[in-house]
Amino acid sequence: MTTNNLAENTAVETVAGVGTVDLAKSSVRSLNQALHDQHDQMAITQWEVLNPKGQHNLAVGLDAKLKVDIRGHAGYYCAGMNKEAEVTVHGNTGQGVAENMMSGVVRIKGSASSAAGATAHGGLLVIEGDAGSRCGISMKGADIVVRGNVGHMSCFMAQAGTLVVCGDAGEALGDSLYEVHIYVKGSVKSLGADCIEKEMRPEHIEELTELFERAGMDDQDPRDFKRYGSARQLYNFKVDNAGAY
Amino acid sequence: MSEKRKYMTVPRESATFDRSTMSEIRRAADTGIYDIRGAGAKRKLPHFDDLLFLGASVSRYPLEGYREKCNTSVTLGDRFAKKPIELDIPITIAGMSFGALSAYAKEALGRGASAVGTSTTTGDGGMTEEERGQSTKLVYQYLPSRYGMNPDDLRKADAIEVVLGQGAKPGGGGMLLGQKITDRVAKMRTLPKGVDQRSACRHPDWTGPDDLEVKLRELREITDWQVPIYIKVGATRTYYDVKLAVKAGADVIVVDGMQGGTAATQDVFIEHVGIPTMAAIPQAVQALQEMGMHRKVQLIVSGGIRNGADVAKCMALGADAVAIGTAAMIALGDNDPKWEEEYQKLGSTAGSYDDWHEGRDPAGISTQDPELMKRFDPVEGGRRLANYLRVLTLEAQTLARACGKNDLRNLEPEDLVALTVESAAMARVPLAGTSWVPGQHNF
Repeated sequence: MTTNNLAENTAVETVAGVGTVDLAKSSVRSLNQALHDQHDQMAITQWEVLNPKGQHNLAVGLDAKLKVDIRGHAGYYCAGMNKEAEVTVHGNTGQGVAENMMSGVVRIKGSASSAAGATAHGGLLVIEGDAGSRCGISMKGADIVVRGNVGHMSCFMAQAGTLVVCGDAGEALGDSLYEVHIYVKGSVKSLGADCIEKEMRPEHIEELTELFERAGMDDQDPRDFKRYGSARQLYNFKVDNAGAY
Repeated sequence: MSEKRKYMTVPRESATFDRSTMSEIRRAADTGIYDIRGAGAKRKLPHFDDLLFLGASVSRYPLEGYREKCNTSVTLGDRFAKKPIELDIPITIAGMSFGALSAYAKEALGRGASAVGTSTTTGDGGMTEEERGQSTKLVYQYLPSRYGMNPDDLRKADAIEVVLGQGAKPGGGGMLLGQKITDRVAKMRTLPKGVDQRSACRHPDWTGPDDLEVKLRELREITDWQVPIYIKVGATRTYYDVKLAVKAGADVIVVDGMQGGTAATQDVFIEHVGIPTMAAIPQAVQALQEMGMHRKVQLIVSGGIRNGADVAKCMALGADAVAIGTAAMIALGDNDPKWEEEYQKLGSTAGSYDDWHEGRDPAGISTQDPELMKRFDPVEGGRRLANYLRVLTLEAQTLARACGKNDLRNLEPEDLVALTVESAAMARVPLAGTSWVPGQHNF
């Protein structure tokens, strides 16, 4: 075992090539700096974060092919703006997990609070528990797979990408959405403005099959899902639609 | 002349139902849609013209206009950022989006600002290569829509401006109608080409001021605490908003008054929401002073700034810098009388044209039409903007020296008086010729 001070006040213990940061001893700032430093160095590609205890902004702004395991619950914006890294949270996460993610994979073993994957442009977010309200809000190209349920206003104003819900969806699903693809296996409490159920065609079965493979959920059958998307009636303002706004 | 005509009065136009008001009623009845337009409030508002400087004489000592220095530089964002922004002049370019403006216009803003050592700001459409390439100091806006937002551009920025609102439409989101959503704009915003884009008014992943504090720390973590973070608010409950923004951890506060422009929103929003810029500054300064943060968290003020006097008055009231948007567009060539014939064809006239959302700007500035865009030369536009910024600076220096100040930031409320009771109350300076500050002293 070696101990390196990769960033100021960061005690990184390295065992068999895995860097470990104990947040009971180190700050979030030093953790993130150590992870950011790997963008150029790539000296340590596997990381363990201990004692997160719900702290905010863990592993944000990563920009390298790192594998980061967070052993416990994380607070707001965990893995925010992630690029390339594979971040796994072995617990629950607070608001805005993987917000504005660009690429890589973020996996939540527990449940995620509201605005999971908000505005995410790319990459894959897997939530093995439930997601709160506004899951995938304003998303712009990411893929989100939720094994459980999602809360109200999920995919609100979502522009591109895919949301897959293996459980139920709350009220106003897909309100004012653009070109995002939504698949739900369970019930949908209500659809938002301009969101309609659409036909499942072979290409959608194929899309779901591929997504489940990437998400590691081979127990799901794409044929059990319904597809939702934009009716495209509100794309351009028409006074006759004023009541829909 | 008949006996009857002899005693008729001249037809009198109603002050309440004037021609513009009546034409709007007819337009609404014709279309069933509210009026959408660009620019800021056009109604007459208490403004900086209602304030005057008290030049030095016996009781104060002036500085020589062409011999004694009057500093104009300012440092923004040294509260937390490792790399604060150093400006040569305290006049910055406000956020205006690529999409609302052409790429050439954005380039010209960068050229003009860089030539005089100040910053320009992106907008609700992401960062363009043209703008980054030509801007030595570029502020990257973090908006509710997050169009084009990405960590690479975030790290390329010299500062981040978290936009919570703007003066033209506090509480409202952006609007860019389909005719301006070209292939490039659509790609940058991840939208279908030609849709009417109405962007969010609230940030998608936080709600109250406590969440905002966490959000600001996230942005700092992503950028390794290198660059300043501004918070921009539309002027409404400015005293409280500034206090909460400082508590959330802002390095710089931007307060945009209701004269501040927009690319497009409802006319009713522009004219009826928010407070005048002059009224907002003392509220912001009071909030900063009570927190012991005046001059530590810098204050940028925008909304209706036109000349060096406006700049100097903002600074005398306690601002550290100002931002200009509409005036910068006019300097580039917007609403120039040389396009009068074409403005007439659009049902407007030079000086009044505000249908920037329609994308048919004869000056080629607020458009994405390739043919119209060609009319605008970014090099010449940049030169014109630099000239204008120099004039603003020289004018502000002239007034500061007259008040005996060797730094624009040494101007103070004591240097000002007001011409009207309203402006005295809002600016919290005495009515000219009296020692009366309405609301603070008994008459």
